[in-house]
Amino acid sequence: MCEECGCGLSAGIPVSVSGHDHHDPGDHEHHHHDHDHDDSHHHHSHEPGGQERQTLELRHAILEKNDRLAERNRGFFRARGLLVLNVLSSPGSGKTTLIGETIRRLGPRLKTAVIVGDLATDNDARRLRESGAPVVQINTGTVCHLEADMIARAVKQLDMTGLDLLIIENVGNLVCPASYDLGEDLRVVLLSVTDGEDKPLKYPPIFHIANAVIVSKLDLDRACDFNRAEVTANIRHIAPRARLFEISAKAGTGMDDWCDYLVRQHEAVKQRDPLDA
Amino acid sequence: MHEFSIMQSALNQVLREAGLAGAARVHEIRLRIGVLSGVVPDALQFAFEALTPGTCAEGAVLRIEEVPARFWCAKCGREFVSANLYAECPDCGDPSGDLRAGRELELSSMEVDHV
Repeated sequence: MCEECGCGLSAGIPVSVSGHDHHDPGDHEHHHHDHDHDDSHHHHSHEPGGQERQTLELRHAILEKNDRLAERNRGFFRARGLLVLNVLSSPGSGKTTLIGETIRRLGPRLKTAVIVGDLATDNDARRLRESGAPVVQINTGTVCHLEADMIARAVKQLDMTGLDLLIIENVGNLVCPASYDLGEDLRVVLLSVTDGEDKPLKYPPIFHIANAVIVSKLDLDRACDFNRAEVTANIRHIAPRARLFEISAKAGTGMDDWCDYLVRQHEAVKQRDPLDA
Repeated sequence: MHEFSIMQSALNQVLREAGLAGAARVHEIRLRIGVLSGVVPDALQFAFEALTPGTCAEGAVLRIEEVPARFWCAKCGREFVSANLYAECPDCGDPSGDLRAGRELELSSMEVDHV
């Protein structure tokens, strides 16, 4: 069935459809809905030069392979009752500090492991190991984001026994990681007070997909003349449903709320039927 | 700059489909790219020109259709197109969490030699 309008056309299979226009942004009328489903799976035209051409209708998701692998990861995680976070931000917004402090504060409430992605070095992994949690470092080389198959390989290096929470620290980048599903339950986007209030308006795609937005380094807000009302309004424009936290991992501000939130989310994941979509 | 790897994925699909169709040349490739996909059309175009030489898509035209962000407003019972990418309904101001279009990264069709 056609994914967009349910009109009975198969999606992903090359079919020739005259006038089947799915591209109208304003409405969803089927203008010339005559659906001549021919069996040749293509239509052809005569070019002025005399050469015949044919159009192959594809409608393929370009990242179909990553999406499929992400769904496989998701099934693997759900079957284990694991809560999985994909933590995203620009470089230097405080992901590693927040994750280390989260693990320390959660303590025995949630047994946590971390997968951390960087282009190079294992500095973050070494810092995070001080928290006592198992950590796998992925070095992406020149790749500016994590992909689902990198997660699948990294997970093989982790002892999953009794694990409750898997935190994936993505490569510091506010653009590219937004396109890649890793199989996570929640996307957590950080925005530090040193980043500026208008980051959500400048980088809408990543804020749009956030389930939770954390304003980090709150202890520096006065030094930066940070306008908390303005950033809240900007986040609401792009991500109206995201849960908002204001945190200083260093001073401990907001950490209790954040940790309680994770415990509640983990409860919800455990109660979910793994076979539910 | 993840546009290179995205273009490479698209091109791999194009070359596979051309092979399946028995076509020796690809003349045109059409993509649909949502404005909230996080992908910049110009960067895709640049990657396309760098990646196609030596393949059967060398010299092909890349056409990119940008898909606007379209949200559903439950209160007004209608969809709206967001020009500034804000998720608030322009009529009632209610925030929408229901994006109906705008995240597409799609290889929609291609034109090849008729075999």
